[in-house]
Amino acid sequence: MNFFRNFGIALDALLANKLRSGLTMLGIIIGVGSVVALLSIGNGVQESINGQITSIGTNLVTVLQGQVRLTAGPPNNQGIRTPTQTKPLTDADSNAIRDRVPDLLGVAPELTANGTTVAFQREKILITARGVTLDYAAVRNVEIAQGRWFDPADDERAARVAILGPDAADALFGGLNPIGQTIRIGSAPFTVIGVTVGVGAGFAGNPDTSVFIPLQTAYRTLSNARTSTGARRVSVIYISALSTEDIPRVERAVAEVMRQQHGIREGAEDDFTVLTQQQFLSIAGSITGILTLFLGAIAGISLLVGGIGIMNIMLVSVTERTKEIGLRKAVGAKRRTILMQFLVETVTLSLIGGTLGILLGVGVALLVGATGIINTTVTLDSILLAVTFSLAVGLFFGIYPANRAAGLQPIEAVRYE
Amino acid sequence: MGEFTNTYPTTSREPERSDAPIIEAVDLTKVYKMGDTEVHALRGVSLRIWKGEMVSIIGQSGSGKSTLLAILGALDVPTSGSYKLDGREVAAMNDDQLAEIRNQGIGFVFQKFNLLARSTALANVALPLAYGGLSGRQANQRAAEMLTLVGLGDRLDHRPNQLSGGQQQRVAIARALVNQPSIILADEPTGNLDSATGKEIMNLFRTLHRERGITLIIVTHDPAIAAQSERIVRLKDGLVEYAEEAQPA
Ligand SMILES: Nc1ncnc2c1ncn2[C@@H]1O[C@H](COP(=O)(O)OP(=O)(O)O)[C@@H](O)[C@H]1O
Ligand SMILES: [Mg+2]
Repeated sequence: MNFFRNFGIALDALLANKLRSGLTMLGIIIGVGSVVALLSIGNGVQESINGQITSIGTNLVTVLQGQVRLTAGPPNNQGIRTPTQTKPLTDADSNAIRDRVPDLLGVAPELTANGTTVAFQREKILITARGVTLDYAAVRNVEIAQGRWFDPADDERAARVAILGPDAADALFGGLNPIGQTIRIGSAPFTVIGVTVGVGAGFAGNPDTSVFIPLQTAYRTLSNARTSTGARRVSVIYISALSTEDIPRVERAVAEVMRQQHGIREGAEDDFTVLTQQQFLSIAGSITGILTLFLGAIAGISLLVGGIGIMNIMLVSVTERTKEIGLRKAVGAKRRTILMQFLVETVTLSLIGGTLGILLGVGVALLVGATGIINTTVTLDSILLAVTFSLAVGLFFGIYPANRAAGLQPIEAVRYE
Repeated sequence: MGEFTNTYPTTSREPERSDAPIIEAVDLTKVYKMGDTEVHALRGVSLRIWKGEMVSIIGQSGSGKSTLLAILGALDVPTSGSYKLDGREVAAMNDDQLAEIRNQGIGFVFQKFNLLARSTALANVALPLAYGGLSGRQANQRAAEMLTLVGLGDRLDHRPNQLSGGQQQRVAIARALVNQPSIILADEPTGNLDSATGKEIMNLFRTLHRERGITLIIVTHDPAIAAQSERIVRLKDGLVEYAEEAQPA
């Protein structure tokens, strides 16, 4: 008896009771479908979070004030605990990093003023103003949708020019072209010279609802520009390394420069924090990893239930077909031939169910993805996992009934009524 | 049944055969356990059957005929005793060897035909060939030849429910014959048939016996059928009540 013959007999037996086979398969279809669909949601979430983290800049190293620990917090505090009594960052720190850490793509300090009033004619909004340098665009991957980015002269002359995030532009101007219009930031008039490309909210706030101005201009117009000692404050320093491999070196070198700048003695605690994208990625990865695992486990349980359904039906089938099995043994079928026949049956059930389940899962994933609420990504891994799992379920739950069938004495079976 | 008993001599006047029997059962017992109670279906049956014989096993319902035949057909195992088939001890065989005996050595015909309901006559007859390792066109050709032999050459693609009882039993006989076993065992093969059809089936058995030299053991409680065989063994309450001696070869 070769495999194809067995497969034929199995198909025959399954077709003999289509409704029952279908219902049995339903358990596997739903199980595999939910594995594929839920894993696709988990993967999708992971990908979009990773995408957000990498979109904030290329090979980014970030310096923040105080001891900051990354936590898995709600999105509004960005998972960052802001410290209180520490030495603020200044433009001197930023310059020291630029001058003393070699081989950087760029250093971009930012002075951030949350809740700044920005007005155009009667329209008035509260948004975040960011004083930035020329390098900021390269370091933070800011792209211009309309108009232009700052030029060196803007910074040197502390020009009253502003670049709006797309959401801010929308709120102020509606459909109007904002370029060349005059807005008020606080009380000072600014000319709009550009609008950025939208990137969506992410770590460190939402650039789309921001207004960017030259850093020198910010020192003259924003209220929080000076520290208590009169130094020029920066809220955060973004540094772009030349490559991913170079990030650890940059991280160490930046920390060293910062300790010197802030006069921190050997063994004393830093009053600043250097964060890398890798840290964000790994934190996010561990969170989404747990999410994916959790979703996968739920789906796995439904697959297990489907497997038990298969076993149940196969046991019923063995009892129902005692006569047939006995007859097969009476005309010379060996134990393992019967074993194979029933195993092939369960495996066929679970494979067909698994295939349909994959189609269902991919369909659900596409549907969920199409709503735009959650990203879904169907990976080959999750499909392979589902197939392997359903095969294993078929084998595992098929062994017991098949063994029962194979162990029947031909005479019991032939006598069975 | 009393009057039936008197039809046959109770002792043998024939000399015993000197050549080796093809079937030699010594002191077979079979106990069925049903919960706490035990049913002694066979209580020490000894029996010898030689190649080419046609033997009837008779006896009242419940006397152990089917139990004995199942053991002889390797469909069941005795509780104790020895059963040699062609000189080989069957009780010592493993599962695979028993399967091979059932497949190659012995053809079994059941009272209730026991055909696969969803398979055609051809597929039913080809089944033992497949389990013997032959499948495909050759198997179908062999199966078709067998069906032709039993007079169903024009019913190859019929399913059991498209055949009469007699035709179904012919399919079952073709199936029993298809691997060319030297022994055919039949448990009340005409029990589910009307008498005319039963006669046809018996004629078929007799022809096979005569023309092919097949050893035939038929369980029956029909005296008319028993009368057609060469030798009668009668069981009562799990024992051989009486056995005609085999004719010398
Ligand atoms: N599977 C079984 N379980 C319990 N008792 C059985 C079983 N098969 C047969 N018997 C009992 O064994 C005895 C002999 O049965 P059987 O060989 O079928 O007799 P016969 O074929 O001569 O009518 C009967 O008493 C019957 O009830
Ligand atoms: Mg009987």
